[in-house]
Amino acid sequence: MRWLFVLVWLLALTGATPVFAVQPDEILPDQQLEARARNLSRELRCMVCQNQSIDDSDAALARDLRVLVRERLQAGDSDQQVLDFLTARYGEFVLLKPLFSLQTALLWLMPAALVTFGAFFLIVRVRRQRKGGETDVKLTPAEQARLGKFVKSENE
Amino acid sequence: MIAELGHYALVLALGLALIQSFVPILGARTQDPVLMGVAGTTALAQFLCVAIAFTALTICYVISDFTVANVFENSHSAMPLIYKITSVWGNHEGSMLLWVLILSLFGALVAIFGANLPLTLKANVLGVQSWVAAAFYLFILVTSNPFLRLPQAPFEGRDLNPILQDIGLAIHPPLLYLGYVGFSITFSFAIAALIEGKIDAAWARWVRPWTLAAWMCLTIGIAMGSYWAYYELGWGGWWFWDPVENASFMPWLAGTALLHSAVVMEKRNALKVWTILLAILAFSLSLIGTFLVRSGVLTSVHTFATDPTRGVFILAILATFIGGGLALYAWRAPTLKQGGLFAPISREGALIFNNLFLTAACATVFVGTLYPLALETLTGAKISVGAPFFNATFAPLFIPLLLAAPFGPLMAWKRGDLYGVAQRLLGAFAIAVIAIVVTFTIAEGGSVLAPFAIGLAFYVMAGALTDLVERTSLFRAPAAVSLTRARGLSRSAWGTALAHFGLGVTLLGIVFETQWGTERIAEMKPSQTLSIRGYDFTFAGIAQRDGPNYRELTAKFIVRNGDVVVGVLEPSKRSFSSRDTSTTEAALMTRGFSQFYLSLGDPKPDGSIAVRLYHKPLVLLIWLGAVVMMLGGALSLSDRRLRVGAPKPAKPKTALQPAE
Repeated sequence: MRWLFVLVWLLALTGATPVFAVQPDEILPDQQLEARARNLSRELRCMVCQNQSIDDSDAALARDLRVLVRERLQAGDSDQQVLDFLTARYGEFVLLKPLFSLQTALLWLMPAALVTFGAFFLIVRVRRQRKGGETDVKLTPAEQARLGKFVKSENE
Repeated sequence: MIAELGHYALVLALGLALIQSFVPILGARTQDPVLMGVAGTTALAQFLCVAIAFTALTICYVISDFTVANVFENSHSAMPLIYKITSVWGNHEGSMLLWVLILSLFGALVAIFGANLPLTLKANVLGVQSWVAAAFYLFILVTSNPFLRLPQAPFEGRDLNPILQDIGLAIHPPLLYLGYVGFSITFSFAIAALIEGKIDAAWARWVRPWTLAAWMCLTIGIAMGSYWAYYELGWGGWWFWDPVENASFMPWLAGTALLHSAVVMEKRNALKVWTILLAILAFSLSLIGTFLVRSGVLTSVHTFATDPTRGVFILAILATFIGGGLALYAWRAPTLKQGGLFAPISREGALIFNNLFLTAACATVFVGTLYPLALETLTGAKISVGAPFFNATFAPLFIPLLLAAPFGPLMAWKRGDLYGVAQRLLGAFAIAVIAIVVTFTIAEGGSVLAPFAIGLAFYVMAGALTDLVERTSLFRAPAAVSLTRARGLSRSAWGTALAHFGLGVTLLGIVFETQWGTERIAEMKPSQTLSIRGYDFTFAGIAQRDGPNYRELTAKFIVRNGDVVVGVLEPSKRSFSSRDTSTTEAALMTRGFSQFYLSLGDPKPDGSIAVRLYHKPLVLLIWLGAVVMMLGGALSLSDRRLRVGAPKPAKPKTALQPAE
């Protein structure tokens, strides 16, 4: 009877997306290798999904990539070699952490640049304050005269 | 008839908004109290109209009126009542209606609670807020009308996206919108100040409650969304750096910066120009978030190009308000009187430090989210910016913030004593060191840096409490004295301590979950057992059940700790025939602050089923920390100084309920 349930269930699922990422049959027997594969999977994008890593995604393509990563690792590739291999094959789009290049310089440098620039700006302001103090700037005689005029017109 | 009534009410709201856009501002310019007084009436009337429109749509959903296209596309007669109601905002048109409902609610709240605002300021604020409202009413009426009828009534609706059929949807979007839209008030205050060319410490005091209220809703809204994704999406992740999440995170970062800079402005009459800019930015980021989520530009530049009407309309709204706001800022801000000297080592210095890093963090999220889009549009090159990038850039920006957080409240205004504060934090440092050492000796696995992260979390928590401990003479004076002193402390002091403490709690949860979470993936046959962290999960069998609008396959697992049965977990997979999709319903078991998380894969014809089992240590602290932060905000909101000489703060609790 249970088999019938499962069969009905499988039929119901056709066309639907199975919601499950890493499948039990993909897992490598070597635990260390498997751990490396999982770490790499988190760095790689499932290219048909919206901003999902192949570790999270249940798409068929993600599964293919996960198997591919494991194959390369079993063949003795280093982590970097696996990433290079996939980048050569699918382009930089596959990397969730983009490489540093002219194209991505702004992206990578922006946070540090912003903090540095902000800190610099603040330091300059504090220095300027210390030297003169914004509050006791002396008025030039011309300004004094203008001020006098305003005060007079206000009183009238 | 009901749909038409709603449609009519919405058009009426647009008319009222247009009146409110001009008349009060004209009144403020001519100092005419009658014209200025119009704003309060129209703001209330606007809210009434939008509430009628929203109620009308809700009624259409409840009675499953499939002649209304929007109801047909997003509802089903067999859905439980609660989901019929939540489907109202589970789609584009309805969610925009919720957006304007909250917008008009905030307008009405200003009208009601703004009795002690200066008359011109109140008129200008409500006027500016009405510009935003008018733009969005127009957007809904022109491009996203939820009240359109179908020429022929279908027999049955197409059902709501099954993933959205969850109680999480009932709470998450309204809270998030309360946060987003709450910043529209701050924005209106900023623009009004620029128009008047006058801004002072009192202004900061009037703005702060609104900012706090919006920030609280956003905090809890984001946390809710995160928890919802965690249990609903079925792979146990709680933050994905997804553009949609980033869209809500950016206003939160800007809003947090604004909360802190507004304090400086209120107390020291400094940072005025910067605070105004942050107020404009916080709402701009909310608008950008709405644009990113609503226009479909994220899915791909190409889907945006194929149906650009909505996207272009929102983009125009964006350009008008952000561009207009910033242009006005560039024009008027230099005329605002800059005041207040500040020393680098002082309370205000610490708050500026906070602002520097929060702004940089916000900018990082912004650039990271939009960079791929911009690059593809400009050069055609496709890159991805995902979680690994954000993790790598975000942590270095947040660590200084966390280190500085306990220092801020302990510093004196004007001239702080860094060395003295460090000495007062000795207790916190000691606790951190103990935490690091203990973690080093006990912990198995996890990164080398993990113990330091634990130490940081304990430092933040202990540091947050240091101020309270000192000021109540806890452990030094008799308990009764401490209690009296604790009562005497201002609520905002409690609020600050609590919010900072919550930050440490969240950090602790994050570190534990990411570093020491364990996972088992296996194919199981009935009566087989899977073990994790000393708990045994025995697969007892599969059953099939019928829900109201789905069929579900449930697997039963008996959980044992040693020989003691501690519970039964029943994860399931639901299949919705109306949309031909399925969802995974993970089963969760909470032990203390930790959770076991069990989700199902596909059943095989031989009776076995793929199973994913996680142990998530202290995972609940991630969201609990956010709740603590929100409570801190609530305490601060109830502080006396915000009640006296300032408008009564918005009560988010009453605001939580969407209009009936």
